[in-house]
Amino acid sequence: MLTDEALAAVWLTLRLASVTTILLFLVGTPIAWWLARTRSWLKAPVGALVALPLVLPPTVIGFYLLVVMGPQGPIGQLTQALGLGVLPFTFRGLVVGSVIYSMPFVVQPLQNAFDAIGERPLEVAATLRAGPWDRFFTVVLPLARPGFITAGILGFAHTVGEFGVVLMIGGNIPDKTRVVSVQIYDHVEALEYTQAHWLSAGMLAFSFAVLLALHASGSGKRKSGGK
Amino acid sequence: MHHCRFIFAYIASLLAGAASAADVRVAVAANFTAPMQAIAAAFEKDTGHKARLAFGSTGKFYAQIRHGAPFQVLLAADDETPARLEREGMSVPGTCFTYAVGRLALWSAQAGVVDARGEVLKQGGYKHVAIANPKLAPYGAAAVEVMQRLGVVEAVRPKLVQGENIAQAWQFVASGNAELGFVALSQVTQDGKLTGGSAWIVPAHLHTPIRQDAAILTNGRGNPAAGALMDYLRSDKAKAVIRAYGYDI
Repeated sequence: MLTDEALAAVWLTLRLASVTTILLFLVGTPIAWWLARTRSWLKAPVGALVALPLVLPPTVIGFYLLVVMGPQGPIGQLTQALGLGVLPFTFRGLVVGSVIYSMPFVVQPLQNAFDAIGERPLEVAATLRAGPWDRFFTVVLPLARPGFITAGILGFAHTVGEFGVVLMIGGNIPDKTRVVSVQIYDHVEALEYTQAHWLSAGMLAFSFAVLLALHASGSGKRKSGGK
Repeated sequence: MHHCRFIFAYIASLLAGAASAADVRVAVAANFTAPMQAIAAAFEKDTGHKARLAFGSTGKFYAQIRHGAPFQVLLAADDETPARLEREGMSVPGTCFTYAVGRLALWSAQAGVVDARGEVLKQGGYKHVAIANPKLAPYGAAAVEVMQRLGVVEAVRPKLVQGENIAQAWQFVASGNAELGFVALSQVTQDGKLTGGSAWIVPAHLHTPIRQDAAILTNGRGNPAAGALMDYLRSDKAKAVIRAYGYDI
């Protein structure tokens, strides 16, 4: 069965995915909202930038993060000046990497949801004298709920499935940066196939459950959505 | 991933028209990357055979070879893996020999960090020490052994960061993210001189010798280039290169 080491990796992974998802909602919602509303020429470049992790190999992201967040890199110098030290080999560093890596999985569903709402409900709310914040929280958020659910599930699941970035900037430290995917890799490399099987089967079951939930919630939306 | 890259290279070689002189596909331990590139170039010039190299951790190569990877020669980072492959009938019996004995260095990318006797390990003043994963990499296991001998393993443990192989351990130190780390001497020397930073060349008596063995795999049986490469690795010319990179032999 699962060793203490493996359980620690599972717990760490869940913690990483939760923190990352919360941060992604905070960072991703304004970006998605802006992308859905703006007519600026910056829309295309920013959209492309957000989508980059979809096509870049995780090793590229991990390698650049290692260099940029290192003591000689610009972000590393900034974090050092702020008294935070450097980010590689820390939980915080993994969170930063995961937020970048999973960004499109949260921003794109939210942007689609905001796009689908259109101008009309907001204009109606405005004629009823709802302020911009009021409009956002009482009109946009409820209407975009399915988008938020999809974004949350995808962001969380994608972070759980992250491997390359963590491998490059993590340093494989128990309880800090040794997540499940890295633990599985270690087991496979060390030819400990039994332990690898337990964790891998767990990941498989988890991923299936997540996608099942996603598809089930998608069909629920269609039933109640009326469109 | 390695499979894909390999298959791609293989198809590319087919499209380019298979060479008349033989090709040999070689799995090379990550620590031996630099010397092997030099040796392979000389090998090709001297014999006309071509050595196609893939670099990685010995453990991964073992698993891949067991599952049918089409490598013909293995240059391992240890002596256990080739012995094991021979017991399991995956290599040609009697072809195994030690091509290099690895040496460790405690290295920092910055000058003046590591003193000539490695006292810095005991003194502290650093946040991270990079090593290769001791479970997977012989150089990592040797590094842990050295720290045990020096009685610092408990003090250093909270500061350890692990690369999946010695190449990644080197990368952690080279990028400055770890102030120091145990790397293969071959990674930081060229022509017998340190390429940069500061280092303590760990005395060989502080750890079990890192004997690196080579073997012809069953896939390479009868391939003239495989045999030629093994002979070439034993030649004085190759040995001079191997020594220049900081290995004993």
